[in-house]
Parts: sequence; C-alpha cells; structure tokens
Amino acid sequence: MLKYLLPVVLFFVLVGFLFVGLYKDPSEVSSPLIGKSTPQFSLPRLEGSRIFTQDEFQGKVSLLNVWATWCYACHQEHPILLDLADRKVAPIYGLNYKDIAAEAKQYLINYGNPYIANAFDENGRVGIEWGVYGAPETFLIDKNGIIRYKHIGPLTNDNVENIILPLIQQLQNEAS
Amino acid sequence: MIPEIGHFALIIALCLALVQTIVPLLGAQTNTSQWMAVAKPAARGQFLFIIIAFICLAYSFVKNDFSVFYVANNSNSALPLQYKISAIWGAHEGSLLLWSLMLSGWTFAVTIFSRSLPNDMVARVLAVMGFVSIGFLLFMLLTSNPFERIFPMPLEGKDLNPLLQDPGLVIHPPMLYMGYVGFSVAFAFAIAALLGGKLDSAWARWSRPWATFAWVFLTIGITLGSWWAYHELGWGGWWFWDPVENASFMPWLVGTALIHSLAVTEKRASFKSWTVLLAILAFSLSLLGTFLVRSGILVSVHAFATDPARGLYILIFLAIVIGGSLLLFALRAPYIKSIGHFDLFSRETALLLNNVLLLVVMFTILFGTLYPLFIDAFDMPSLSVGKPYFDLVFSVLMLPLLLVIGVGPFMRWKKATMKDVFKKLSKIAIVGLVIGIAFPYIVAGKTSILVAIGISLGGWSMAAAIYYLFKNTSRTDSGANILQHLKKIPRATYGMSIAHFGIGIFVVGVTFVSAFEQVKEIPMQVGQKIEMAGYMFELGGVEDIQGPNYSSKQATVNVYKNDRLVAKLLPEKRTYLVQKSPMTEAGIDTGFLRDVYVALGEEIDGNAWGMRLYYKPFIQWIWMGALLMAFGGLLAAFDRRYRLKLKREKQSAVPSSRKQRLAVTS
Repeated sequence: MLKYLLPVVLFFVLVGFLFVGLYKDPSEVSSPLIGKSTPQFSLPRLEGSRIFTQDEFQGKVSLLNVWATWCYACHQEHPILLDLADRKVAPIYGLNYKDIAAEAKQYLINYGNPYIANAFDENGRVGIEWGVYGAPETFLIDKNGIIRYKHIGPLTNDNVENIILPLIQQLQNEAS
Repeated sequence: MIPEIGHFALIIALCLALVQTIVPLLGAQTNTSQWMAVAKPAARGQFLFIIIAFICLAYSFVKNDFSVFYVANNSNSALPLQYKISAIWGAHEGSLLLWSLMLSGWTFAVTIFSRSLPNDMVARVLAVMGFVSIGFLLFMLLTSNPFERIFPMPLEGKDLNPLLQDPGLVIHPPMLYMGYVGFSVAFAFAIAALLGGKLDSAWARWSRPWATFAWVFLTIGITLGSWWAYHELGWGGWWFWDPVENASFMPWLVGTALIHSLAVTEKRASFKSWTVLLAILAFSLSLLGTFLVRSGILVSVHAFATDPARGLYILIFLAIVIGGSLLLFALRAPYIKSIGHFDLFSRETALLLNNVLLLVVMFTILFGTLYPLFIDAFDMPSLSVGKPYFDLVFSVLMLPLLLVIGVGPFMRWKKATMKDVFKKLSKIAIVGLVIGIAFPYIVAGKTSILVAIGISLGGWSMAAAIYYLFKNTSRTDSGANILQHLKKIPRATYGMSIAHFGIGIFVVGVTFVSAFEQVKEIPMQVGQKIEMAGYMFELGGVEDIQGPNYSSKQATVNVYKNDRLVAKLLPEKRTYLVQKSPMTEAGIDTGFLRDVYVALGEEIDGNAWGMRLYYKPFIQWIWMGALLMAFGGLLAAFDRRYRLKLKREKQSAVPSSRKQRLAVTS
C-alpha cells in the first residue's frame, strides 16, 4: 500500500513548490548573497593576462552580468546590455560562465562589447560561489562591494527602466 | 456579434461537458444504460460548439475585428493571412481554445471508434475526458476569455509576435497540442479501468493505438519545434533545453515508456499497475507543461504573459486531476494482479530497463527545469543547471538505452537464452562497430572516441532494426521467399523497426553535428571571401527590402565549393514595424550530408557586417530520424490486428454484455 502512495505524496510535494514559486517573480528570486559582500575569487580575464578579483567592485556602483555564448537568453539580452552600457551610468562587468574563451571573445567582437572587463569562469566554480543557477543573471553591487540586487533571466527594457536604473541612482547617492 | 456567438458557444460547450461528466459516470456506477448512453451525444455536441467558437475567433482574425481584445493584441491588418490563422493560437487565450478544440476532437474520435467497447467503459472514458474539458473551458471563461471586447476599439492591432511569424509555427503548436491532449485518451482509459476495477489486457489493447497516435503527434510537434528554432532563432542550434522545450519533451519520454509498457501489459498481462501509472504520468506531464508555460513560473525564451491568478487556477486544476488520479491509483493498485512471470533475462526485463531509463531521463530533466524553484525554497548550495547539465546527463543516460534498443526485440518473452541472443547479435555488434569506426573517416576524414561511440551505437540500432525484419528468413531462401516473408510481417513490426532505425539516424545526426560542426563569427565587408570547411563564402552585398509588415536588410552570400557556386543564400535581418523587434532569418542551404547556414548580424563601422557562418554536417538527420520514429509509430498504430480484434469483439460483444446484464439482474 505504502509504495502505491508514493506517487501521490511526491506529486503534492511538487505542488507545494509550484505554489510557493507562483507568487515569486522568477527573475527576483531572493539570493542568500543579497546584503553580503561579493564572494572572494580570482579569475583570469577574458581580455588579457591580469587577474580579476572581487576588489574590482570597490568604490563604485557596478553590475556583474553572467553570460555565455551557449546561452540563448543571453543573446536576447545582449542589445539591452549594449544600450545600458551606452548610457554610462555604471560599469558592467561580465562573468563569462562555462564558456570557450575564443568563442566568447569573437562573440564580443561581432555583437559589441558592453563589458568593462570579463572574468573568465571556465569550469563554473566561481559561478557556484556567486549562487548562479543559470545564465543570464545580473548582480547589482554597491560602492562597498556589497551585492544589493540580483536579477535572474534576461533583462528587459522594462526591468532596466523601472528597476535597474532607479536602483543604480539610489545606490550612487548612498555614502560609501 | 460574431465574438458573442463564440463566447456563447463556449458556455454551451461547458454545460455539455458537465452533462458528459456527471450523467454517464453515475450511470456507470449504478449500471443504468440510459444514463451511460448520454455520454456520446454530449461529447459530440461539445465538439460541435467548440468548433463554432473556434470558427468565430478565426472569423474575427480574418476580418481584423480589433474590438476583440485578443485579436487587437495579436494581429494587424498587414499581417499575411496564414499568420492571421496561426495567430489564433499565437498567445494564451487562443492556445487554450485550441487545447479545448483538440480535447473535444479526441473525445469525438473516441465516440466514433469505441463501438466495440463495453458500455460502462465508454461511459467512464468519456466522463473523464469531459471532466478535463470542464477544467479548460472554465479556465478560459473565468480568466482567459478570447472573445473579450475592448473599448474604445483600437484602429490597428499590435501584431503577432514576430518570432511566431514563420511557416513552421503555423503547424507546430497544433501538432504539439494534438500530442499533449492525445495522452488524455490513454489517461481516461486508465482512470476508467481503475474506477471500474477491471484492469485486464483488453484495457491495454484498447488504449494502445490511442497512446501511439498521441505519441506520433507529439513526436512531429517536437520535431517541428526544433526545426523552427533552427531556422528562426538564427543561432544554428536545434535544441536549447529551454523550460518550454523541456515541458514538451517530458511527456514524450513518458509517452515512449508508456507505448512500450502497454505492449507488455497487452501481450503478457504484466506491468499492469506500472502501465496505469505511466498513462497517468504522461498526461500529468502534459498538464504540468501547460502550467509551466502558462503561469510564467520559470524564465523562458518563450515569454508569455504571466499572471499568478491564471497560474493558481491551473495549479488547483492540476492538483485535482493529477492528485485525484494518483490517489485513485494508490487505492486500487494494490488489488491489481500482474500474472505474467518472467526471468531476469527476457524481453520483459529489456522493456522494464527501457522504461526505467526513460523515466530517469525525464526526472533529471524535470529536476533541471524546476531547479530554480527548489533552490529558492531551500537556499540550497548552488550547483549550476543549464545546457551543459542537460547535455551531459542526457547523453550519459542515452547510451545504455541505445544498447537496449538493439537487444530488446531479439529477446523472447518470459525467458530468453543468452546464447541465442548473443549469437544473433554478435554480427550486428560488429556491423555497428565497423560503421562507427569507418563512417566518420569516410565522411569527415577524422574521428574521436566519442564520435566512434556515438556512431557505433547509431549504427548498432539501425543494423539491429533491419536485421530484425530478416531474422526468420534462412540462408537458403530464394529472393521470392524473402519477399513473401517481408509481406507477412505485421505492420506493427515494421513500425517498430522503422522507429528504432530512426533513432539510429537521429543519433548519427546528433553525433556528427556536435563533433564536426564549424562556426565562424566574423565581420565581413562586401566582396570579402571567407573559407571554412572547404566552402568559400562571399558576401555579395546587402540591400534593403520591404516585406508586408516588416522592413529588412537582406544579404546575398555566394557559397562556392571548388570554385563552383553551390548556393546563393539570402540571410535577412528583419525589423517588424509594429513591435519594432529585430528578427533573424537565416539563409540555409540544406543538404543530405550537410547544411550551410548563414546568419546576418549587426552592421559594424558602416562598412562591414557581423556574419555567422555555420557548417553543419548531418544536421538534417536529426529531424529525418525523428520523423522516421513518428512514421514507425503511425504504422504500428494502424496495425491490422487492432481492427481484427475490434471486429471479433464486436461479434462477441452482444452475447457477453447480455450475460453480464443477466448476471447483474439475477
């Protein structure tokens, strides 16, 4: 009898998750990292030999965008990032995630490069530190290097106008 | 006026669905044949009224009636006619209407082809399908009415999402939905059997062709979707592991397990409760897929309007239908007795292994798809899910499945002798290995261990599928005898062999594309030539062209091989006027052994264009293989024995049902 009950029990567990998930905006999933300092890491840069560390985020409001050439949603998001970079409100850093360096470089040449610099996370280990569960994701980091906001999934114009830009402004007005 | 008729038709359809559910079910429980007899006319009436509603919506689209909110949001007077039709199911409300149309269509088909079934079975099956229909009609009428008016009426419509303006998308959703909804028939048979307490092999025989048909449609639907992504998204990929793609793939995996498990239940009276569970699961995953797509609970490239109220409705409906079915299963399954016993080395074991592997694949995909939800609820330490995760687990789990595909058909039911099977298959294994080692060298001039494994397994399934057809012809048979032998083979056997052959083709395609595809993403100036994979690509020029509802930059790319022009490709970058979104139209030269694929990117510094050049060896084999699987399924579903048995049962149905009735009254 018990083993026959298993499917229905499992199913209602799933329904529980779905119910909880329903009332959360999937792009605003809370991250345990929000309000904490950026995790410590050091990675090679896509652009050259210098090392990319968390120190990069100190002293200014910045964005970190997790992307990969294999990720279709990142392609969708790309024009929006270019647009955001053009406004020069805050530097955008890239975390090139589980990718192939040559392809990633070529991609940026072809489609334009919105990033100030890219950390190259070949095996995704740093992504784990950052709690990344899929590309694209975008982190907003304040002047003290503390993660203040996380967006999951491709940014839309709407997100940029109504969430990202106002938040950047607010963070820039904060004292460091 | 016309939209109101449509709206009203939906309300009548809902009333009929209520009748179709309640009356026959009571009739079957109390054995009142007049009540049971209500099921068929109610189901047919429901179908008629949903057709009326559908035609009304189609009419509003064709006539550009922008006073209908849904039409105003998804059409435009400049939209070509075929896309006005496909716009009917281009967004949430209309696709629900299509869902309901399909469901009532399948129900209608059951009323036609169920003459040989016992009355109480038919009554219960139709009642269960009516219940599902109530859920969807209510959903539409309460939260997502496609006929809702808008005032003041906009002068022009907002146009159909440009991504959906593609010939492939005209038939992709209907096929997919035919598959999704088709599993409702096998589901209804399973629930009816559980309700009636009679789970015999007749039940399996009745549901088998229905399940196979649904599976065929789903296979075609998924194939078209993949084909569409390849052509329209402009990234040369054919599968993205997007949540919406996964939502269609999961019922397919379970459906595949189901059609195999039904074979065991029909022929050996084994796996009974397992098969019932699979029938419930296949349809549950179809519903779950609808929920995932419609609720906006996951981030997807197929962004649809998200609305928690709608999501909650579907979730409650899901809980009632699936939860109720699984509960019924838990109550009844302990009393189901599977009589067939079998040895460890037997066809039953092979099919069980197939089932288990398919379900494991399904659960890993389900887990990967819903991972964002789980992690959110638990604050789990992150492990990353994405295309790399899916690619890895899928290919690892597919390897043993491919081995079993070759072996399974050669094993006897109940008890197979290892010596016998190995004797037959050692030759096939050698053929597979030779193909795997030699073939990549012949076509690509190089290989690797992974390629050799992939092609060997593909070759193995193809060789085994062909050999299976000839296995009973002996060496001394003359040509005529072989022909006679082939004529005698039942269609179902051909179907199986063709489908398994198709998997081999599919695997060869996937292996070659992922190992040997070549990509160049570079800026090109007009007149510049780039060489890749033995082809010379020349950018002839870029010009502005004007479509009916878009403007476009169209590049001319001449492709040469050995200085001979092999293709003139016209990739485009379109900007749709209303929604202002840029769209890529790839230029593709399709071939049996390779595709040459060119996509146009952004203009760079005013004198060059970002171009993506792809060389995709054997990519067409992916879809060819998938279509062969579908074709095999179709042949199997049309096997003569279903019709023969139906006829035989019909002849004997009258006396036996009279006997039953006597037994009840006495």
